[in-house]
Amino acid sequence: MEKVHISSQFDADLELVRSRLLQMGGMVEEQLRNAIAVYTGADRKLAEQIKTVEESINMLEIELDDRCTHLIARRQPTAGDLRLIMAVIKITTDLERIGDEAAKIGRIGTQMHDQGLVKMFGFSDVHVCANMAIGMLKDSLDAFARMDSVAAERIVKQDQLIDNEFRSILRELITFMMEDPRTISTALGVVWIAKALERVGDHAKNIGEYVIYVAEGTDVRHSISAAGSVL
Amino acid sequence: MVTNMPNAALQTAPTSTIKADIRNFNFFYGDFQALKNVNMSIEEGRVTALIGPSGCGKSTFLRCFNRMHDLYPGNRYEGEIVFHPDNTNLLAADVDPIEVRMRVGMVFQKPNPFPKSIFENVAYGLRVRGESKRSVLEEKVEQALNNAALWNEAKDRLHEPAYNLSGGQQQRLCIARCLATDPEMILFDEPTSALDPIATASIEELIDTLRGKVTILIVTHSMQQAARVSDFTAYMYLGEMIEYGKTDDIFVKPRDKRTEDYITGKFG
Repeated sequence: MEKVHISSQFDADLELVRSRLLQMGGMVEEQLRNAIAVYTGADRKLAEQIKTVEESINMLEIELDDRCTHLIARRQPTAGDLRLIMAVIKITTDLERIGDEAAKIGRIGTQMHDQGLVKMFGFSDVHVCANMAIGMLKDSLDAFARMDSVAAERIVKQDQLIDNEFRSILRELITFMMEDPRTISTALGVVWIAKALERVGDHAKNIGEYVIYVAEGTDVRHSISAAGSVL
Repeated sequence: MVTNMPNAALQTAPTSTIKADIRNFNFFYGDFQALKNVNMSIEEGRVTALIGPSGCGKSTFLRCFNRMHDLYPGNRYEGEIVFHPDNTNLLAADVDPIEVRMRVGMVFQKPNPFPKSIFENVAYGLRVRGESKRSVLEEKVEQALNNAALWNEAKDRLHEPAYNLSGGQQQRLCIARCLATDPEMILFDEPTSALDPIATASIEELIDTLRGKVTILIVTHSMQQAARVSDFTAYMYLGEMIEYGKTDDIFVKPRDKRTEDYITGKFG
């Protein structure tokens, strides 16, 4: 049987923080999908929605920080509870930044459409990168929901793949730009978008590291060994 | 079974000196075994906190250090509490409990000054030791009151009854009474549970200033207090030492699930 706190209100407060964080994660994930849809032209009307939702995400960040501050002040959490609250405070920041990256993708995508710059390259490379980033974010939130440190470790390792993908896009675009300077404006737009997705991967990796911290009590940041194992 | 011995880092810390080694220690109230095979090393000059639910044996354990259980028939010790550097087993039959109590002072939950003046309370232990020279007593009393952070408040009323002091001041007087005989270790049995937050803070501040000068063992029901004042924490449950380690580790990343459940306030 899962143990509960003697104070049921403490349990309820912790559960609320956990569920609000997952709610924030869900919103951020949807923002990312919508931003990609704006860029690929699948649904440009979503650009306005992204701006509105970004405001809500920022508000959620403030709300979660405030809830965590109060939990610390009122409950003096220790051990697993303390690690959870520390992780929530940090994950909130990562999620908010993923939200910023999504908004950036939406903005650049809109500009590129407005200037007629989109059709020059296919979307396939960015699609690969986007799917990886969204997948990592989704997996990191699932790992948090289940406090699954094994899944979290997988995400931490996966970050390397998205970094490789970004470098490959960059190499390809540099070739285009050298061959034909008229592609530079478009290529730069794509670089910004690919870079934003690569950053999303970094943030998802951070979330994975915090999950390991909560579940195992081990701080694995900046400590990937040569063998690639973080635990 | 002892689940966790002091961790490796603790045992090999280069600057640490062990004040007391507790080896295969058992304690019985008649037929009831209150402490079960306790093994631990207590570092000199550091503050070690004992935490655990009521009835877990932490106060029983604390009282063994100055042989308080000797006074009741049927009580029985097994194993050793070895004091360094002279390697004296405090529990050995040929060791005089009075001598042990000179080396190990105790402060109780409720302040218990003697019905005497402030001065005589602090001088009491010195007189028991045979010190009668007025100038030595005066010097020692002033020093002890200073070390207990009570001198400034008490210096003009040294000959007033100790009961005229406030609760927090009385507790500091009891600490001064302990300090006057230069003990090697002081035992605190929930020293602030009868005090308000301000008096509690001043006792905790005092414990902090004694760090490095005397080895301190403190039993507390307040986990926040253990976290605030101690260098090492031991979690006890049903007479067993479940986990013992650095306070920083115990409160952030305890190794034993039972410790985690206790300090986070979980049940079920």
